[in-house]
Amino acid sequence: MAEMRYREALNQALAEELERDPNVYLMGQDISVFGGAFKVTEGLMDRFGEKRIRDTPISENTIVGLGVGSAMTGLRPVIELMTINFSLLALDQIINHAAHVRYMFGGQVSVPLVVRMPQGAGHQLGPTHSHSFEALYLHVPGLLVAVPSTATDAKGLLKTAIRDDNPVIFIEHETLYGQRGEVPDDPDFTVPFGLAAIRRAGSDVTIIGISRMAQTAERAAEQLAADHGIEAEVIDPRTLRPLDLDTILESVAKTNRCVIVEEGWPHGGVGANLAALIQEQGFDDLDAPVGRVTGVDAPMPYAKSLEQISFPHEEQVIEATLALFGDRKRASRG
Amino acid sequence: MADRPLPPPETAVEWLESMTLIRRFEERAGEQYTRAKVGGFLHLAIGEEATIVGAVAALRPTDYMIATYRSHGQALARGSEPGRVMAELFGRVDGLCRGRGGSMHMFDLERRFMGGFGIVGGNLPLAAGFGLTSDYLGSDDATLCQFGDGASNQGTFGETLNLAALWSLPVVFMVTNNQFGMGTSLERHSAQTNLQTKGEGFGVPGMQCDGMDVIDTWAVTSEAMRIAREERQPVLVEALNYRFRGHSIADPEDYRSEDEVLEWSKRDPLVTFGDRLVAEGILNDEQREAIDLQAIETVDAAVAFADASPEPEPSSLYDDVYVLSDQVRGWYSADHRGAGVQKGEDLS
Ligand SMILES: Cc1ncc(C[n+]2csc(CCOP(=O)(O)OP(=O)(O)O)c2C)c(N)n1
Repeated sequence: MAEMRYREALNQALAEELERDPNVYLMGQDISVFGGAFKVTEGLMDRFGEKRIRDTPISENTIVGLGVGSAMTGLRPVIELMTINFSLLALDQIINHAAHVRYMFGGQVSVPLVVRMPQGAGHQLGPTHSHSFEALYLHVPGLLVAVPSTATDAKGLLKTAIRDDNPVIFIEHETLYGQRGEVPDDPDFTVPFGLAAIRRAGSDVTIIGISRMAQTAERAAEQLAADHGIEAEVIDPRTLRPLDLDTILESVAKTNRCVIVEEGWPHGGVGANLAALIQEQGFDDLDAPVGRVTGVDAPMPYAKSLEQISFPHEEQVIEATLALFGDRKRASRG
Repeated sequence: MADRPLPPPETAVEWLESMTLIRRFEERAGEQYTRAKVGGFLHLAIGEEATIVGAVAALRPTDYMIATYRSHGQALARGSEPGRVMAELFGRVDGLCRGRGGSMHMFDLERRFMGGFGIVGGNLPLAAGFGLTSDYLGSDDATLCQFGDGASNQGTFGETLNLAALWSLPVVFMVTNNQFGMGTSLERHSAQTNLQTKGEGFGVPGMQCDGMDVIDTWAVTSEAMRIAREERQPVLVEALNYRFRGHSIADPEDYRSEDEVLEWSKRDPLVTFGDRLVAEGILNDEQREAIDLQAIETVDAAVAFADASPEPEPSSLYDDVYVLSDQVRGWYSADHRGAGVQKGEDLS
């Protein structure tokens, strides 16, 4: 174990996989000399050289297309898109090709490609630069979607992503890069896909947090316990495809209440999807409608005062949770 | 290219004033950023003032201008009130975009400054769209579209130039070649480094100007605008310049040497143009100094204005998501404003 930041854990995962497999290579804007916009690839160029750590022009769709092509023919590209916002330019290659090439050609080829990119609001970057798109990628069959919220998961899931033969959308978070955690330094350490993490055990309500919202959910749970005597079980699914629905349903069977917290928009969101699954498969276990806490249904404004009320914080999670308990728990507020 | 004659004295002085205002504004914006008055990304155009002012000077008031996330200067040169540009940086209600867009997304419809776009290469198709409107409506307005050397590698570059040429749209595409796309130098991101030639295969002829020289930039852009307007032929202009500061405020600039920056700074467009105006007797030293003091005063007032402007009301969050009408009186949503279904607007 070593204490390191989320960005360092990612860096270590990349270095270990580059070391392990000569067909793994990295490609992205400003990742070599510059070390990456968020410094995730710092030092890799010196260690592995220009052939394997490739700076690209600003050509997102084509970069992903090259990745798909080289993945179809035996390489294992790991692409860094500077942020998830710019992945919109590459949606054609991601959906029409990365996700569907294998299916469309009857399983003759696979696309062992990883597209890494951070998402998230909170830095006052305005409407074009503050997106959260896990729901968008979750929508697409053929893609795997990872949303690591801790340094350990960042490393373990990235290594799994690189070793897996499917295209993986690997969603990091801009505000998590500097966070520290205890990370195993064993080069064989990985975190499996499709296994949720229970961040906090509890019996009164299940709170599911996606990406950085797993942390927001955890903090909200501590306050719910301290101020309202509500013991929440906090679940971080870690990957949305594959999804560990079993862990979620088991928890809901125990708590009978569920709130889902995500940063993206409400319509067609991860919460909308999970709420549907939970009511389909666990209807009898529910004592209240599934609650959702999401970003607001508007583009992300620049002004700090507006931006801060546009994505979820602990207080909204607490409020949505209390609402599931009706007046009984609300009364004990404050 | 310094051998072009000076424009009439009032014009020359105006250009120096405009460049000086941009320089002082940008410096102050950077300062306000370090005081956390400004958030997000802040891309300054220090060093690129001649490219901005020379290009804008070649436009008629009704021509369309569109640029990138580095465009406080374009707004100022187009005549936007400095206080409103600063207020946008501060995220206040009196900002050009009411605090919604911030530094990267300036916009001033009244002055046909059509933005301020954060997505690299995203503005080129829009520029062709403005050209389409002019053409469609039979007006002789033309469009100037500025973007960076890095943007010339986006698919939108080739796609837009092709369509603009195919449909004879009155658009001047100006690639401001400041030698870098973030930390990647021109020769490391573009196989063709003579960017003015990059449109030829699409039927868009190229021209080049010295983007450190306001007169040359103005002269070349004027000719390009004439061709676009009168001959209905899009043109690609490469403006050679250099940004003196980092890509944005947080940039350690490891990718370039101090010597290189020093070498380019000898061609500081404000200094060279100011020197020339003094040498040719248009200004004396005191008048030159007065221009600078005036710019500083204007920027002081802009900061005071921005500081005094209120923050947007939380209740304004959903304003302008849609055009509300009989068809769309509001919309239902379930977001974190609380449990249950919310109204995006009053659905009375
Ligand atoms: C589609 C897209 N990809 C990446 C970015 C991140 N980014 C912002 S500016 C920039 C460099 C652009 O360089 P250039 O076009 O030369 O313009 P300059 O900043 O030098 O004016 C990059 C990569 C972005 N904003 N949009």
